[in-house]
Amino acid sequence: MPKIKYIEENGKEHVVEVPVGWSVMEGAVKNLIPGIDADCGGACACATCHVYVDPAWNAKMPPMGDMEETMLDFAQDREATSRLSCQLKVTEAMDGLVVRMPKSQH
Amino acid sequence: MSEQIVIIGAGQAAVQAVTTLKAEGFAGSIIMVGDEAYPPYQRPPLSKAYLLGKLERERLFLKADSFYPEAHCQMLLGVSARAIDRKAMTVLLSDGSRKPYDKLLIATGTRVRQIQVPGAELPGVHYLRSIADVDRLSPEIVAGKKLAVVGGGYIGLEVAAVAQKRGLEVTVFEALDRLMARAVSPQLSAFYEQAHRAEGVQFCFKTGVEAFEGHGKVERLRAGGKLYPADLVLVGIGAIPNVELAKEAGLTCQDGIVVDRFCTSVSDPAIFAAGDCTRHHGHNGEEIRLECVQNAIDQAKHAALAMLGKPTPYREVPWFWSDQYDLKLQIAGLSRPGDQLVVRGDPATRKFAVFHLREGKVACVEAVNAAPEYIVGRKLIADGTPIAAARLADTAIPMKNIV
Ligand SMILES: Cc1cc2nc3c(=O)[nH]c(=O)nc-3n(C[C@H](O)[C@H](O)[C@H](O)COP(=O)(O)OP(=O)(O)OC[C@H]3O[C@@H](n4cnc5c(N)ncnc54)[C@H](O)[C@@H]3O)c2cc1C
Ligand code: FES
Repeated sequence: MPKIKYIEENGKEHVVEVPVGWSVMEGAVKNLIPGIDADCGGACACATCHVYVDPAWNAKMPPMGDMEETMLDFAQDREATSRLSCQLKVTEAMDGLVVRMPKSQH
Repeated sequence: MSEQIVIIGAGQAAVQAVTTLKAEGFAGSIIMVGDEAYPPYQRPPLSKAYLLGKLERERLFLKADSFYPEAHCQMLLGVSARAIDRKAMTVLLSDGSRKPYDKLLIATGTRVRQIQVPGAELPGVHYLRSIADVDRLSPEIVAGKKLAVVGGGYIGLEVAAVAQKRGLEVTVFEALDRLMARAVSPQLSAFYEQAHRAEGVQFCFKTGVEAFEGHGKVERLRAGGKLYPADLVLVGIGAIPNVELAKEAGLTCQDGIVVDRFCTSVSDPAIFAAGDCTRHHGHNGEEIRLECVQNAIDQAKHAALAMLGKPTPYREVPWFWSDQYDLKLQIAGLSRPGDQLVVRGDPATRKFAVFHLREGKVACVEAVNAAPEYIVGRKLIADGTPIAAARLADTAIPMKNIV
């Protein structure tokens, strides 16, 4: 199972295994990693699952859909590698992925 | 002795209350009682990805099992609360035990409204609220079958979309003259009707169902005096709040447990309520009962804070979504009859929004595949920003610069 590293805003790191086919959001929520709210449960409707993908990994992420793009446009503290983690479907190739969480999801 | 919080119900609101209590460092114990067989799970996918077979059951659960012990929460599943003794401050459970509480949270949600017509008990007549309901319905979703959907609301339409995709012949029976009539603008109703028709769904409006008929299982339904063949039926005609427990305990209820801005029962300061089962003051003051994930989550947060003696008023703008085909509907705010309706964008492009203006401000936004309209609209509602209808309608002005 691919291992993903989640880094909280305060620097605390969590490395967990996430099943292929799940989303990066689910990997955090199911493993009780704080910093991702995911109010809509992955429907791309709430933008409370915002993460920053490690720049080294950004090119390996799936392309962004229109909806995700526009939701992020209005997110707090958007950066170049901002993504909605519920839209990142985990693949074997994501073993070692690193994402950081923003200050706030609201 | 440390404080004990009892939560009745193990759904979206219950799990959020536990999450907030944990995050706030609550050191006492929590007992969560749920009458379903499962730990708290998300219901929205039940009529969407889960019914379509695109989401495994495991992914419905809101937390990993290890979360509950970490939060000092004992989960009692398959057990229901039978009575609340407010004097003794205990809850009687179906297993005969009594659980003492210092604070009690009622998060019992709703149950489906059942249709009262002859034949309603025939096998093949389904409802959709729980995992168990989907387990019964799912094996019957087989290509070529005729599905009758009774009620043109969100759940009925989401099921219609899934069934149509899976190759069933779908007919929707709606008693009123348009879809989602109580929830959305006529513009949206018309758009969704057309979208479903284009996929092959058929509609019978102003047609109340009079009976289901069949030998040993449903085979046809009678509506508007005519007979329609049906291999299976999905009834989606609304929900009823689970307030009997609260009522019997003498708590004020009025189509929902009446709570104040801090999600505290107006009848008992030790009892709180959150989610679908509450009647409360909306962000703009009107008394409402909402059935949406946002309300369950936000009320539960406020209820948890109030239980910890840190009350903050609930004033969040409600929001909701619905997925049908490739159409993502996002709604924020509360509409009222008489609002001025402003359409932004062309529905023919499958990307547009309807703003509801009241006293020169946005009261509600309905956005179809239109995230900027939804997000900016939600902010305009929260901030109460005055805005001209003509500006909202002008797609040459990007939503970012609309104010
Ligand atoms: C098919 C479907 C699709 C939906 N889609 C959307 C959507 O797209 N977007 C959206 O925002 N909302 C949607 N909703 C609504 C959303 O799921 C609800 O608003 C939300 O679940 C409410 O949370 P709750 O905690 O108040 O109630 P629930 O999640 O219903 O939890 C209440 C629980 O309490 C239990 N209970 C009741 N009485 C007792 C008792 N006496 N003892 C023990 N347990 C008891 C119930 O069995 C239930 O398990 C949908 C709902 C359904 C059914
Ligand atoms: S979880 Fe709501 S947008 Fe990702």
